[in-house]
Amino acid sequence: MSPLFCLVILPIAGAALTVAGTRPRDTAVTAAALNFLASLIIFGWCKPDAGYQFVSSFPVIPSLGIHFTLGADGLSVAILLLSTAVTLAAVCIARTPAKHSNWFYASLLLISAGAVGAFASVDAFFFYMFHELALIPTFLLIGIWGSGDRQAAAWKVTTYLALGSFILLIGLIGLYLSLPVNERTFDMRRITELAASGEARPQGSVYLLLILGFGILVSLFPFHTWAPQAYASAPAPAAMLHAGVLKKFGLYGILRLVTPVFHPDVAAQFNTLLIVLVLGNILYVGLVTISQRKLDLMLAYASVMHMGYIFLGLLSWKTLGLAGAALMLVAHGLSIAALFALSGELRERTGTLDFGELGGLAKAMPAFGLLFGFAAMSAVGLPGFANFAGELLIFFGAFSAGAPSKLGLNEFQIATVVALWGVVISTIFMLRSYRRIFMGPIGDKWKALPDIATVPRLCVTGLLVLLLIAGFFPQAVLNYVVPALMWP
Amino acid sequence: MNAATAPWIILFTPLVSAALILFFGRYSRKLSAGLAIGGALLACALSWWLFFQPGEVGPNQLLWINVPDVLTVPLGMTIDPLSRTMLVVVNTIASLVFIYSLGYMAGEEGYWRYFGGLALFLFSMLGIVLANNFVMMFIFWELVGLSSYILIGHYYSRPSAADACKQAFIVNRLGDFGFMIGILTLWFATGSVVFGEIFAKVPLLESQGHYLTIACLLIFCGTIGKSAQLPLHVWLPNSMEGPTPVSSLLHAATMVAAGVYMLARVFPLLVAAPIARDFIAWVGALTCLAAGLMATQQNDIKRILAYSTISQLGYMVLGAGVAPGPDVPMFHLFTHAFFKCLLFLCAGSVIVALHHEQDIWHMGGLKSKTPITFACLVVGTLALSGFPGFSGYYSKDLIIAWAVIEKPILGWIAVLTAGLTAFYMFRLLAVVFLGTPRSDHARHARESPAVMVVPLILLAIPAWVAGYAPVEGFFFHLKEPEHVPEILHYALLAMFVLGAGLAILLYRNPAKDPVVIPLFANRFYIDDLYNWIVKNVQDSLASLGGWADRWVVDLFVAQIPSRFTWACGYILRFLQLGNIQAYAFFFGAGVVGLIYILLA
Repeated sequence: MSPLFCLVILPIAGAALTVAGTRPRDTAVTAAALNFLASLIIFGWCKPDAGYQFVSSFPVIPSLGIHFTLGADGLSVAILLLSTAVTLAAVCIARTPAKHSNWFYASLLLISAGAVGAFASVDAFFFYMFHELALIPTFLLIGIWGSGDRQAAAWKVTTYLALGSFILLIGLIGLYLSLPVNERTFDMRRITELAASGEARPQGSVYLLLILGFGILVSLFPFHTWAPQAYASAPAPAAMLHAGVLKKFGLYGILRLVTPVFHPDVAAQFNTLLIVLVLGNILYVGLVTISQRKLDLMLAYASVMHMGYIFLGLLSWKTLGLAGAALMLVAHGLSIAALFALSGELRERTGTLDFGELGGLAKAMPAFGLLFGFAAMSAVGLPGFANFAGELLIFFGAFSAGAPSKLGLNEFQIATVVALWGVVISTIFMLRSYRRIFMGPIGDKWKALPDIATVPRLCVTGLLVLLLIAGFFPQAVLNYVVPALMWP
Repeated sequence: MNAATAPWIILFTPLVSAALILFFGRYSRKLSAGLAIGGALLACALSWWLFFQPGEVGPNQLLWINVPDVLTVPLGMTIDPLSRTMLVVVNTIASLVFIYSLGYMAGEEGYWRYFGGLALFLFSMLGIVLANNFVMMFIFWELVGLSSYILIGHYYSRPSAADACKQAFIVNRLGDFGFMIGILTLWFATGSVVFGEIFAKVPLLESQGHYLTIACLLIFCGTIGKSAQLPLHVWLPNSMEGPTPVSSLLHAATMVAAGVYMLARVFPLLVAAPIARDFIAWVGALTCLAAGLMATQQNDIKRILAYSTISQLGYMVLGAGVAPGPDVPMFHLFTHAFFKCLLFLCAGSVIVALHHEQDIWHMGGLKSKTPITFACLVVGTLALSGFPGFSGYYSKDLIIAWAVIEKPILGWIAVLTAGLTAFYMFRLLAVVFLGTPRSDHARHARESPAVMVVPLILLAIPAWVAGYAPVEGFFFHLKEPEHVPEILHYALLAMFVLGAGLAILLYRNPAKDPVVIPLFANRFYIDDLYNWIVKNVQDSLASLGGWADRWVVDLFVAQIPSRFTWACGYILRFLQLGNIQAYAFFFGAGVVGLIYILLA
């Protein structure tokens, strides 16, 4: 039996146990920790060059080509490791709520189970199903344990994501129908092979549906307005899990079902449109981020903005850009999880995330300030963190993408230049928020704030250490990721 | 150990120090300082050792990123005369500044943060010096920005310091924006980011029209940001908010020197792009003049020195634009490193003696109270103003001579600035050390402790002699220009006498500044212009975006469709008649319609 089963079953079992009445926090932490260990072992075990491994398959509706198939290659195991690491941090950092605490932890574990299941699926049908499964606990977490206008936020994010999923589903069916009649399958390996051999030639409309469906799920401009509200309302661990892990489903899906399947020419006809949207993510959302006055909203918008870089890498259709996108995907997951963890901690302490009310907190909480500084620097793509290596590869990939143009610069090169300007923009909003929250004179009411507690400190440090390792040795991640992107 | 492993040890020792300080520094002040100073001294000793190792060092690199056939980014070491010299300068000055910090920072809080920042700073700078490719240089380039952010913001509770460090980082990133595009452009054309491989393809680049010119100008953006050239010079004077030893390190051997060093490193590219070099020369000369003018009207002792740094960097950049080889600007960088470091440490000594007073109009008459500092400052001033016999005389005059030959207009601008330099430096000297004390602190000032004074004396020696022929010949291979107009030497001497004499005359003992030129005092209003742009253009656009996101994008993409869906549902509700016959009718009609559409 595939060890990947264990990865999927563990959080589901943990969730079931908490609901059944065991001590919720202990159960959840144990399940998350075991899962992290398991994924570490799988990461070490995996041979990056050997394609899909640990494959096991059960027929579900063989007549339609639907099988429950688990399997993982270098790319999947890297993202599985990200998922379980963020899950562990999120569960550890969570503060047990007063009401329904067992359901709270069960929901967290179920999001993780959905994400892990999706990333470990080889079958597109179950890949999709697992993501849908994870949306339900997300809705519950925001709607029941959220803050602010939580119910409106919960409805909005759920409707939005359901809509995205629906478009995606139509796209998936379109892709399925574009396969030769006797070869129809949801097996992603087979789809890739058929596309590579030219037997399947999915059309532009299918491409657009898939990109749009996945795009809505990862807050592609202008379909991003669900994100700020949802992340601002969500409890910190839920925001960490969604922004850090579950949202990566869309990007991972593009790497699995779009870039290896469609002919570059089919994709190229939509490049101009999509580049405009991506620049909307980077430039427009970047500006919107600068205007934010609250930390949680700012981080949410920043996370939307950084999706633009990953999308740009994906659109480049070059190994460099795709590798950069994959690396950035992991890096962004870790760094946004660390940032949401810290902003959640801050809200617990001060009761506000308004820049106008905070200031000089580094004096009272030096360790907190230091950790936040590290996390903020990773988000602005400082060398040493994996985000820099990812952005670098994306820029190199995008700059060399597209056809030569008579104007001297083609659309990808212009986009790269604008995206580089986005780096300046992210520096501005991150440093401004750091300046407002942690620097300057400290207000009287904050002087007695206790510094960050041991558990959250360890969690955030762990995430940052992973970022630093991947940043100092990006090749270690690339060795896993690149073979998976070199489709036949 | 051999010459191949030494650079790796030199580079990573400060990083190890910084990491250890990060984890253990807060438990002991002595440990933090010891780790930083120990690391710097080890790197310094090894740099000197490496300097005397003859011969070429072969390829010496690890692969940092390697995507086969597309992009290879090594972490590699360049060991050539340029980097050998720079290693010695950086590490020597860093060691002295680290030791001096012991005295200056005694009793300050955030000791471990300070020394950790220093060690990180040294690491970043050494990375720039040793890099053998553009991406590696860019990595350390950014890290220098980060370490300056940490150090300038040391007193982060002070709003001015908090703003200054933020500004320094952002402005540097503005320059890096162009730098990165330049790197991408060069890689796109040559397929490589390694210096040697790109230089080998210069003929190919030259054949593509203005491609190389544009690439060089983009690369030069990095220098504009890091070496504080017009129009991105604004962060450097504000960086004076950091502790004084930091300013000294920033201005002497690290950070600002990085921009000039980078120009020297890519000199083979510049030579092939004459239009880009002209532009570089113009930027250098204009910066040199503008900063000199601004310096004449500043009242903060450190800010005067800061503007003088910008001005001297202008000379170096001008040198990179007109001289036939990179050694000319590097020679000035070399001598400047010593005398500017000396000047800043002298200023620090004065500031400590006056209980952290920085306004020169609260000083005065310190000549007899702090005699060693005074003597050292005189040496630094003479060196900076290019008085014959002092180091600055040799290096600066060389640049000016080349400029006068190659680009006479720029050359004479540089000559004029030499007069300004003498003027503002002797203004500082006269106001601070001559006349009568203008405050109580100045009346009761005492000489600084030995740990601060000894580095002053140690630096005064190279500041004096670093330009002499034996030293120069040891580190550089300079080409003296031929056919220098005879009049140049007299002109320079006249400018010195004029500037210094005028300053002494005007500033012997006034209570306040007898000369008031608002344009210079307000730095040509450039800072104000930038503040206006940030406030009115950037922030307005951002607010507009924030508003639009809420009321336009969300409205059209989310609200209206959702209302529409809701309305459809509301209307369709009336079709739910609860009547089987009616449903059967709709079903039948639907089937008929569908068949009609399919068959038609």
